[in-house]
Amino acid sequence: MDVLLDGLAEALRLLATGDEDTWAITALTLRVSLTATAVALLLGLPLGVGVALGRFPGRRVLLAGANTGMGLPPVVVGLFVTVLLWRSGPLGGLDLLYTPTAMIVAQAAIATPIVVALVAVAVQQVDPEFRIQMQGLGAGRLRSLLALLSEARLPLLAATMAAFGAVVSEVGAAQMVGGNLVGQTRVLTTAAVLATSRGQFALAIAFGLILLGIAFAVNLTLTLVQQRRTADR
Amino acid sequence: MRRAVHLVVALLAAVLLAGCGAAPAAGPAERSLILATTTSTQDSGLLDELLPEFTRATGWQVTALAVGSGQALELGRRGEADVLLVHSPAAEEAFVAEGTAGARRLVMHNDFVLLGPDADPAGARGLGGVEAMARIAAAQAVFVSRGDDSGTHAREKDLWTKAGVAPGGSWYQSTGQGMGATLRIAGEKDGYTLSDRATYLAQREALPLTVLSEGDRGLLNIYHVIEMTRRAGDRVQPEGATAFAEWIVSPPAQELIARFGEARFGRPLFVPDAGKSEAALGG
Repeated sequence: MDVLLDGLAEALRLLATGDEDTWAITALTLRVSLTATAVALLLGLPLGVGVALGRFPGRRVLLAGANTGMGLPPVVVGLFVTVLLWRSGPLGGLDLLYTPTAMIVAQAAIATPIVVALVAVAVQQVDPEFRIQMQGLGAGRLRSLLALLSEARLPLLAATMAAFGAVVSEVGAAQMVGGNLVGQTRVLTTAAVLATSRGQFALAIAFGLILLGIAFAVNLTLTLVQQRRTADR
Repeated sequence: MRRAVHLVVALLAAVLLAGCGAAPAAGPAERSLILATTTSTQDSGLLDELLPEFTRATGWQVTALAVGSGQALELGRRGEADVLLVHSPAAEEAFVAEGTAGARRLVMHNDFVLLGPDADPAGARGLGGVEAMARIAAAQAVFVSRGDDSGTHAREKDLWTKAGVAPGGSWYQSTGQGMGATLRIAGEKDGYTLSDRATYLAQREALPLTVLSEGDRGLLNIYHVIEMTRRAGDRVQPEGATAFAEWIVSPPAQELIARFGEARFGRPLFVPDAGKSEAALGG
C-alpha cells in the first residue's frame, strides 16, 4: 500500500517541481501517440468508409482482417517494424530505428485497424435511408458523405478514443522500436518498465499515474466535443 | 451539422502539424553509434554515468540497447550494433571465433551471488557455487531462473553442468525476464536464484532474499567490450566501435567504473580490469 501512496506523492512532486525529464517524457508520449492516432485516422477513415459502403470482392475478408487487427499485439507490430528498419533491413537506409518517427509508424500500424473496424461499424449503423434522402435532396457525393460522417460522429469520436487508448498504453512496440533511449525515445510506459526493473516502484507508479492523467485529459477533451455537439441539436 | 465534421478535421490537422513540426528537432546527423549491452549495466545505473562522459570526450552519441547478452551478441552478428559490452565469456569466445567481430578486451568484473530465503531449506549457505547448486537440486527447492540466454542465465547453466544436474521439474522455474523481475519473483516464491551483485544491491531493500553463496571464483562476472567490424554488415561503424572500446578501457573511464556505486551503496559495484588478464582475476 505504502508504495502506491509514495507513487502518488512522487507523481505530484515530479509535476510540481517541473522535473525536466518527466515533462520531456510526458511531452514525447503525447506527441508520439497523438500523431500516431492522427495518422491512423487519416488512413483508417477512408478505408473504414470504403469497407462499409463499398461493394467489391473481398470486402468481408478485409473487414474480418480489420476486426482481427483490433487485437494486434504491439510486440508483434514492434518486431515487424524493427526488422524492416534494421540497418540490414529493406528500409534500413532511412535510419529511422530508435527514433520517435519509428514509434509513430509502429503505433499507427497498431491503431489503424482499430479505426477501420470501428469506422466501418459507425457508418454501417447509420440508417441506409439517410443517404438516399440526402441524395434525394440534391446533395452531391461529397456532401452526402460529410453528412453521413456527421451523423455517425459519436461512434467516430469513440473510435478515435479507442485508437488513442491503444497506442498511449502500449509498451511492447515502443520499447522495441524506440529502444527507450533517454531524452530521445523514452515514453511513460517504457520509463515505468525501466523504473520497475530498477526497483524504483514509487517512480514507476508515478509514471503510471501521469499516463492515466494525460489519457484522461485527452479523452475528456474528445468526450466534451462529442457530447457538446449532441446537446446542440 | 457539418461544423462537427469540420471540427474533427481541424483537430486532426492541428495534431498532425504539431507532430510533424516537432519531429526533426533532434538536430543534424551527429556521429552516433549503437551499443548493445546487458540489462545489468542499465538497471544498475552504470550506463547513465558512463555514456555522457564518453560523448563529452569523443563527440560520439550512443544509442544504448540494454538486452540480454545472447541478444546483444546476435545484434552484433547481424551488424545491427557497432560495439558490445557483455558478460558471457564462453559465448563471447565462440562469437569472436566466427570472425565478424574485431578486438575483444577485458573491461571490468563484479560477481554473481546465489540468493535464497533466509530459512535456506536446501542448506546451501556458505557453500561454493557448484556445491550449493547441487544441494538445491537434491532438495528440489524452488529455483527461479532467468531463462533468457543472458550472461547470468549462461552462468547458471554452467554451474548446473558442473554440479552434474540437468534442472527440470516443478521446482525449476524459468521467468524469461530481466534480473530485476526475476529477483522479485524469486522473493515472492521464497526461491533461490542467481543474480549479479550490482542488480541485487540496487534492489535489496525490497527483497526478502539473502546472499547464501558468494566469493567463489566460479561466480566471477566478467565484462568484455567487443568491437564489431564491416564483416558483420556494411553499415557497421568500426571507427565508433574502436572509439568506445578504447575509451572504456582508458584511465578516466576505469576511474569512473571504480567509483560507481560508492555514493549509493557505500561500496563500488564493479572492479575495473582494463589491461589485466582474465586468468588473474579474483585470485
